[in-house]
Amino acid sequence: MKNRTKQTVPLLLIALSLLLIGAGTVRGEAQLVLTKAINICMECIGIG
Amino acid sequence: MAKKRTTLRLWVQAGWFALTNGYAKGFLEGKIYKGATKFVCVPGLNCYSCPGALGSCPIGSLQAVLDSGKFRFSCYVFGFLMLFGALMGRFVCGWLCPFGLVQDLLHKIPLFHKKKNLPGHQWLKYLKYVVLVLFVILLPMTVVGITGMGDPWFCKYICPSGTLFGGVPLLLSNPTLRSAIGWLFSWKMFLLVLIVVLSIKYYRPFCKYLCPLGAVYGLFNPVALYRLTVDQDKCVHCKGCQQVCKMDIPVWEKPNSVECIRCGDCKTFCPTGAIHSTLEQLRVKPYGGIEAEKGGENK
Ligand code: SF4
Ligand code: SF4
Ligand code: SF4
Repeated sequence: MKNRTKQTVPLLLIALSLLLIGAGTVRGEAQLVLTKAINICMECIGIG
Repeated sequence: MAKKRTTLRLWVQAGWFALTNGYAKGFLEGKIYKGATKFVCVPGLNCYSCPGALGSCPIGSLQAVLDSGKFRFSCYVFGFLMLFGALMGRFVCGWLCPFGLVQDLLHKIPLFHKKKNLPGHQWLKYLKYVVLVLFVILLPMTVVGITGMGDPWFCKYICPSGTLFGGVPLLLSNPTLRSAIGWLFSWKMFLLVLIVVLSIKYYRPFCKYLCPLGAVYGLFNPVALYRLTVDQDKCVHCKGCQQVCKMDIPVWEKPNSVECIRCGDCKTFCPTGAIHSTLEQLRVKPYGGIEAEKGGENK
């Protein structure tokens, strides 16, 4: 891979990741994550 | 020099843990934090049921979205995984993950004859991809109950980070939860103890063989902003870098191996100074330009 491509690929991925986070928030995924995270996860702690 | 770097890394790991798990009241009262910062995924395997946690574990969050029955794909969590991965790849593992820190500390205990890898390392290292595909993605999505919801299989049956940082402190400080302990907790404690004992003898067995988060970040190592490069004009192929690398990577051939946790030990050791990171190469020159990458960047 050329140096320029090597520098561009991560920047494109970062831009895409921000778009995905935005899209996920609009779809209601962020709210779902928050709801899971603020209630004790019984499976995580080995009870559930 | 190498010792200095290891100490710096331990301080960064501990500092990051304290910063992202700073809800002290949770530990005292056997509760977890309920604030809005838990929207955000932290980079490491940091259980959101740890009483101090201020953010969310990406692997737990991914299962929560996929087993909800509402989404077939998680834009949100893959977004965070891609963001951390594209910025730094497995630098997260070396510097910013609580369970990586735990294994590093355990390996310092002067017990047993130390070894890098478990027998069967060649094959076992692929197990983490099976765990990722099966326990984090497929089983939570496909094995669903009458409500249409599945289970977070990795959290439930495997994750030792959840047992250690979530289960143990919550059960110690919360009698109601303690009364609900059953066979599942015994299984998870058995796994945790096994990993703890193995970590004293072998270097980071959970990271090498089982962690789905390390598996994801490793895929980004060759394309992340933070990479290693080997200056082929300087490298004398002494193989010393592989000898000091506890992840056992032939750095002169594969500086961006999916197994590299970016600890920097090889860079500090290299007798000819042939190993560089892209961070150093981005150093701005006095006249305002940016230094180009030197030498070959083998993969
Ligand atoms: S149990 Fe493990 S994977 Fe699940 S949320 Fe906790 S730390 Fe993350
Ligand atoms: S492999 Fe997993 S447990 Fe190990 S340091 Fe990386 S994210 Fe943490
Ligand atoms: S290759 Fe270098 S930076 Fe990567 S794990 Fe090995 S010693 Fe650490």
